[in-house]
Amino acid sequence: MKQLNYDAVVIGGGAAGMAAAIELDARGHSVLILEREDTLGGILMQCIHNGFGLIEFNEELTGPEFAQRFEAQAREKNIETSLNTTVLELREENGFKAVYCVSPAEGMMRIEARAVVLAMGCRERNRGNIRIPGTRPAGVYTAGLAQRLVNIEGYIPGKDVVIIGSGDIGLIMARRMTWSGCKVHAVIEILPYPSGLTRNIVQCLNDFNIPLYLSHLVTDIYGKDRVEGIEVTPIESGALMREKAFKIPCDTVLLSVGLVPENELSRNAGIEIQPTTNGPWVDSALMTTMPGVFACGNVLHVHDLVDYVVEEARRAGANAAAWLSGYRPAREIRLKTGANIRYVMPMRLNPERENRVYMRSLVVKNDARLEVRLDGAVVKSRKLAHVQPSEMLSLTIGPTDVAAAGRDSVIEIALV
Amino acid sequence: MEQFDVAIIGAGVCGANIARKLSQYELDVALLEREIDVSLGTSKANSGIVHGGFHDHISTLKARLELQGALMFDRLHEELDFPFERCGILVAALHEDEMHAIEQLYLQGVDNGVIGIEMCSRERMLELEPKLNPDVVGGLYAPSGGILEPYRFVFSLVESAKKNGVRVKTEFEVSVAEREGDYWRIRSTSGQEIRARYVVNSAGLHADSISAAFGAERFEIAPRKGEYYLLDRMTKSKPSRVIFPVPTEVSKGILVIPTVEGTVLIGPTASPAQGKEDFATTRDQLEHILHSARMMVPSISESDVITSFAGLRASYGSDFYIKLSDKAPAFVQVAGIQSPGLTASPAIGDYVKDLLKKAGLRLVEKSEWDPYVHKVPRARDADPYALDGLVAKDPAYGDIVCRCERVSEAEIVAAIRAGHTTLDGIKYYTRAQMGRCQGGFCTYKIIRILMRETGMSFDEVTKRGGDSTVLRGSL
Amino acid sequence: MKELICITCPMGCHLSIDTDASGEMKVTGNRCVRGEQYAREEVLNPKRVVTFTCAALLPDGRAPGVTSNLPRRVPVRTRAGFPKERIPELLDALRGISVRLPTERGAMVLPKALGTDIDVVVARSIALE
Repeated sequence: MKQLNYDAVVIGGGAAGMAAAIELDARGHSVLILEREDTLGGILMQCIHNGFGLIEFNEELTGPEFAQRFEAQAREKNIETSLNTTVLELREENGFKAVYCVSPAEGMMRIEARAVVLAMGCRERNRGNIRIPGTRPAGVYTAGLAQRLVNIEGYIPGKDVVIIGSGDIGLIMARRMTWSGCKVHAVIEILPYPSGLTRNIVQCLNDFNIPLYLSHLVTDIYGKDRVEGIEVTPIESGALMREKAFKIPCDTVLLSVGLVPENELSRNAGIEIQPTTNGPWVDSALMTTMPGVFACGNVLHVHDLVDYVVEEARRAGANAAAWLSGYRPAREIRLKTGANIRYVMPMRLNPERENRVYMRSLVVKNDARLEVRLDGAVVKSRKLAHVQPSEMLSLTIGPTDVAAAGRDSVIEIALV
Repeated sequence: MEQFDVAIIGAGVCGANIARKLSQYELDVALLEREIDVSLGTSKANSGIVHGGFHDHISTLKARLELQGALMFDRLHEELDFPFERCGILVAALHEDEMHAIEQLYLQGVDNGVIGIEMCSRERMLELEPKLNPDVVGGLYAPSGGILEPYRFVFSLVESAKKNGVRVKTEFEVSVAEREGDYWRIRSTSGQEIRARYVVNSAGLHADSISAAFGAERFEIAPRKGEYYLLDRMTKSKPSRVIFPVPTEVSKGILVIPTVEGTVLIGPTASPAQGKEDFATTRDQLEHILHSARMMVPSISESDVITSFAGLRASYGSDFYIKLSDKAPAFVQVAGIQSPGLTASPAIGDYVKDLLKKAGLRLVEKSEWDPYVHKVPRARDADPYALDGLVAKDPAYGDIVCRCERVSEAEIVAAIRAGHTTLDGIKYYTRAQMGRCQGGFCTYKIIRILMRETGMSFDEVTKRGGDSTVLRGSL
Repeated sequence: MKELICITCPMGCHLSIDTDASGEMKVTGNRCVRGEQYAREEVLNPKRVVTFTCAALLPDGRAPGVTSNLPRRVPVRTRAGFPKERIPELLDALRGISVRLPTERGAMVLPKALGTDIDVVVARSIALE
């Protein structure tokens, strides 16, 4: 078994992994990216639509363009990458992090590192996760799988399509399938508002007159060998209106019903996972409960924009570098969710530094105010014209905001 | 026209066991299957349990075959390539008034000659299974009960039978049969014909129509549906033993099953099906599963659910119906095989062999019969050094195609070479697509490998044969 | 009257556009000036960035087969917003075009597409194995 040594190993070569590795390299540490696919870039490579990079590059890029800009930077710095490599296990061994991974070319490898950055991304929730009853015919796919099949493999999964869930990938696929000569009959969303971005509703559904059924639940998928249709039931005041159920014939069902961080590796390593995000618990340095192991990007929490992913990943890389150089925060302040906030990220603040905090709203609201409260007293607030659960919120909390913090102080973020 | 000594109709777990048994003798045997692959009927979707021998009384045929069959699994496990573990079975009583039924089961088990069966106190039950509902009042423990992967069991039996000369014909749906001298002439719906001296009807749900096609006894198989939920292997609710509730008249109830591959299965329900193709799950039944399973293991969470499915029991009467036909010559009925059919199936193989002998089939043992099949090493089971060795021999072991169940390309190629050329066939053979992402990440890779290995074009790739095409166009 | 949802920011204002007899447009429902600009452009000259794929070809002219790990499709894009009503025409043109591998981001696929001043270019560099 091949044995290797690096200061840091980055698990995952998508946008987050590349950004973190570039940062570690820039601070003089040896770093290796482990990537299971045969290219860097992760899921961005199949996201051939535009809309990436407005913040990062100040222009609208497609997924592959965004990814390859980072790949070019990584290549320029000669950052080492092991492609086609699947990480099987992460363990603490004699004070080091041991990463066990395998590839067809190298066989098993044991890579010893002092720091690890988790950047494995997320997976799509599937039919089982949302428990749609019915038969199990061919023709039911997650939107991301369909995206891969159409955009890279060059195959059309089906011609008459219904999309369940109004997540962005589903909306994007509604347009993609239409442009590929298919008929998209409907998008079905259980919530009273769409989960995807407004621009995608407009440009991917309205442009093609694809109906969006809000507050509707898919109550059956039928068909013997291949999907023949679905049954949809309206929800009124929280109750299923069974007598108003109707059928939509189709041969293909695409699911866009949310993403889940892929943390089985982290869990098996004993890293604590937060139920609100399905990502690791992290401190002010984005370090998990396993010292020296950091997390960033969609494996930490699901982001709305890749621009925020790389921003966070750079911080994780920089923090890992600082940790490798011996930096430890003198103390940290607990950060918790207040009214209307689903989660805050990270869960600790470093009172000596500027802290970038991400959060998600639980509600749709206009003219909202985000409040930072130190032991109950508002120390910072921000007006927001509009908030909704599908868009991440962020703010910066610095030393002056928390100057009054004592040893057991708690900071709460609330949306009012 | 091909001519056989015995034609077995239906390649489920009974047909497969019968075929393998008969492969020990100097016989030409055909195993006929209407689906594109073996084990795609009732044998695919069931609880995968080797039962403890206490649910039915020894006066029934099913109890005798269950007791006999259960003892045969250790040897089969050694010879064949399927996961099996004797993890033990618990029956948990949640009310004092259920303890009477527990005692009845215990005494029945003792009567049946089950060794090691034990009446348990509350404390003993919680010691055996800490995840049990703390309200448990007592129960029964059968340490010899076990779990296996039913489709892998069938695949391996069929592979062994094939290796020893049995001809397996898939997509052979028997439509017509007529007597021609000492032979049955059997025609498929697609017009293929074979002749066989003896016929075994192990057609599961369709045993009634097969019986009718041969002019044998008229009876009706009533499909009874069992729905299941499968939970992620990361669940915190995985018990270490199979947990049964106290059974009712009609059903063994909703079980919590730690599958041999690490996931958790909860179910099955028991409701009449709307026909023999009704594999639909229903909202109400699935809710019932969660509710009932939580009575046993309260920590079960719906967020651990990765898929649901339904299987159909081929129910007929209250006992197995295995006998020589009184009406059709040289025709053996193997029908009404419900629970504990999987457990009993190896003994059914032996029993049917004896019935055929009684009907005049000459049995001469082969000198060169090989009980072993090639065991395909699994990346999931290999420690780092073992996996390193596997990759050194075959680099495809280093390409982990299915991340959730850790299945390598080498295993997928092995499945295809063993004849499993549909997405479902590959899934049941390798477990790829069976984990938490349900194929979201690996399906396109498997399609590529399948096309590469078989030369199929994109529109020939199916989920499970027939019209279940996966791709409907090429750009 | 025409109804639109503004996509300039996440607020998603519902805009109404009235055009009077003289052709003068009146936009209501917007909360900021960007909404009015969006409405005017969307009514007078709606444009979309078009992203699509073209067939990949190996240097010998064959399509990448299942034995290779090369993609069968190459992503392409318009460099800028393309007139919305002509998108179907553009897609038809792109369906007939293949891109030979290896290729580089920015490589020209269709210069000045359909007589506009908008180029269609490759959106992903793909090296040969």
